[in-house]
Amino acid sequence: MTATLPVAATAVTRPRVALGRVGLLTGLGAALVAALVVAAGRGQLDVPPTEVLGSLLHRVGLDVGPLPSHPQGEATLWQVRFPRVLTAAVAGAALAAAGALMQGVFGNPLAEPGVVGVSSGAALGAACVIVFGWTFLGTWSVAVAAFAGGLVTTLLVYLLSRDAGRTETVTLVLTGIALNAMTSAGLAFLMFLGDTQAREEIVFWTLGSLNGSRWEHLAVMAPIAAVGLVAALLLARPLDLLALGDRAARHVGVDVERLRLTTIVVVALLTAAAVAFCGVIAFVGLVVPHLVRLAAGPGHRLLVPASALGGAVLLVLADLWARTAVEYADLPIGMLTSLVGGPFFFWLIRRARRTAGGWA
Amino acid sequence: MSSHEHSLQAHDVDVRLGEAHVLRGVSLTVAAGELVALVGPNGAGKSTLLAALSGDVEPARGTVTLDGRPVGALAARELARRRAVLLQRQGLAFGFRVADVVAMGRAPWHRTPAALDDELLVAAAMERADVAPLALRLFPTLSGGEQARVSFARVLAQASPVLLLDEPTAALDVRHQEAVLGVARSAADEGAAVVVVLHDLSLAAAYADRVAVLSDGVVAADGPPAAVLTDELVSRVYQHPVRVVDVDGSLVVVPVRRTHLVTQEAPCAAS
Repeated sequence: MTATLPVAATAVTRPRVALGRVGLLTGLGAALVAALVVAAGRGQLDVPPTEVLGSLLHRVGLDVGPLPSHPQGEATLWQVRFPRVLTAAVAGAALAAAGALMQGVFGNPLAEPGVVGVSSGAALGAACVIVFGWTFLGTWSVAVAAFAGGLVTTLLVYLLSRDAGRTETVTLVLTGIALNAMTSAGLAFLMFLGDTQAREEIVFWTLGSLNGSRWEHLAVMAPIAAVGLVAALLLARPLDLLALGDRAARHVGVDVERLRLTTIVVVALLTAAAVAFCGVIAFVGLVVPHLVRLAAGPGHRLLVPASALGGAVLLVLADLWARTAVEYADLPIGMLTSLVGGPFFFWLIRRARRTAGGWA
Repeated sequence: MSSHEHSLQAHDVDVRLGEAHVLRGVSLTVAAGELVALVGPNGAGKSTLLAALSGDVEPARGTVTLDGRPVGALAARELARRRAVLLQRQGLAFGFRVADVVAMGRAPWHRTPAALDDELLVAAAMERADVAPLALRLFPTLSGGEQARVSFARVLAQASPVLLLDEPTAALDVRHQEAVLGVARSAADEGAAVVVVLHDLSLAAAYADRVAVLSDGVVAADGPPAAVLTDELVSRVYQHPVRVVDVDGSLVVVPVRRTHLVTQEAPCAAS
């Protein structure tokens, strides 16, 4: 066996890959912590990062660092800012991971919960809870309804747009348009049915906002997102193989049907975790995995965790900008992500056309 | 390769794809250590038979067994440890590197003792398929022939005792055609059961122990190359006159080409 050359090649590349992997995740993790601390301090009442850290450390019993100097500082941090920035982080991580999974299962980098209508499906489920006042599961009602709506729409997209293991870009985008039209009709009908307050709530939903994030909501969405993220990490290895196409994936031992259905449930779970209390925040799942792929390649074992961290960073910073860009105004974050994500999506489609569906 | 006798058997297999009755009562046995070439005209059902053998297509009638067990009853992973398949068309949804694609062939052995040899087997497979220099290239940027060889390396890395190759030489130059079939031949010599779909009958004659000729969904002939590849049979099945000649001990199948004179006269004769 004359295998000296490739052995040498892999011996050189393996540690570098492992190092890059750890480096990227550590870097993104550090960026997330920094973003959280800075974002928690900024706002109408400014708390310097050192005081934010001090407040945190005092809470866990370490008397290190300064406490917020402003009399309202401590209360603002713990009642408003921390739940908000953490909600942003959880929602961003869930949406970006959902995007990465969806792209893997569709074999198409344009698949994204917002684009293909899964987010609006989840919003429709949640809107039902608002309008009909369902409270069968307390705070969890919204999340459960959002999950159901998200699951139904993901299954629909899956059934309607796949052909021979791949989803053509055009089919995917058109399916998204059709589904978004249907869910918009559903939302319009619910707004027609609902009273003024319900209407306002639904409008807030479709715009997407982190205003009014509360610890109780975080206590619901964080566990859902955590379960979804762990499942997403477990799916990473077989999703790599799915890139070979359905038949070849089966030939290397993947139970393709089961993998797909599991992934769809996880996508719905992650999307619901984000949408349940934050509304529709589109394009996070499109932009983040794409950037990670550019930096670190398409392997899902790195793509999924790096996308989750990157999505968290992105949404924390986007939310910071949304609530500080205009004084005394809290811009809807969904509007912001769509503003940036829309052109990005357009660019991706242009590129897809140029490479004739090659998706290199 | 293990010394255990592996064999793949199709018995009286019928396959319908929509309206079309693609395979009708096809029986084929491939034993360990044997290389069987599957030949026949376009649309004869070669790829469908390979799909049935690999467990992708459920026969409407008849059975396909691998080591005595129906392929439909084996779990995907169990099946993947026993047989590897090279499809006619390669595709990859994302830009993985060549080394990663070849390593995907090791997936069925993940978390087994065999996974310890992953790096060695991947490197050896890349060497045998002559794709080692491409290791760090991105798969979608390769030419069709290079992609086919990378996929062949992936199949070799799977280290399964049964190999099913659908036109592995289609996009390859002469040197790599010979190299790929040489590797398939040596895999058979080491104890693998190998089925290769081929269009080039001379290649089939050179490398196969047996040639099975499919014609319109039935097996028209099955036997050693010298017995099967006759002027009469090949001309009949392909509906084109051919001559089989012996060049220095190897059979070469040559289509009989009408001379320019004949083709020019043909319209006159018709009118």
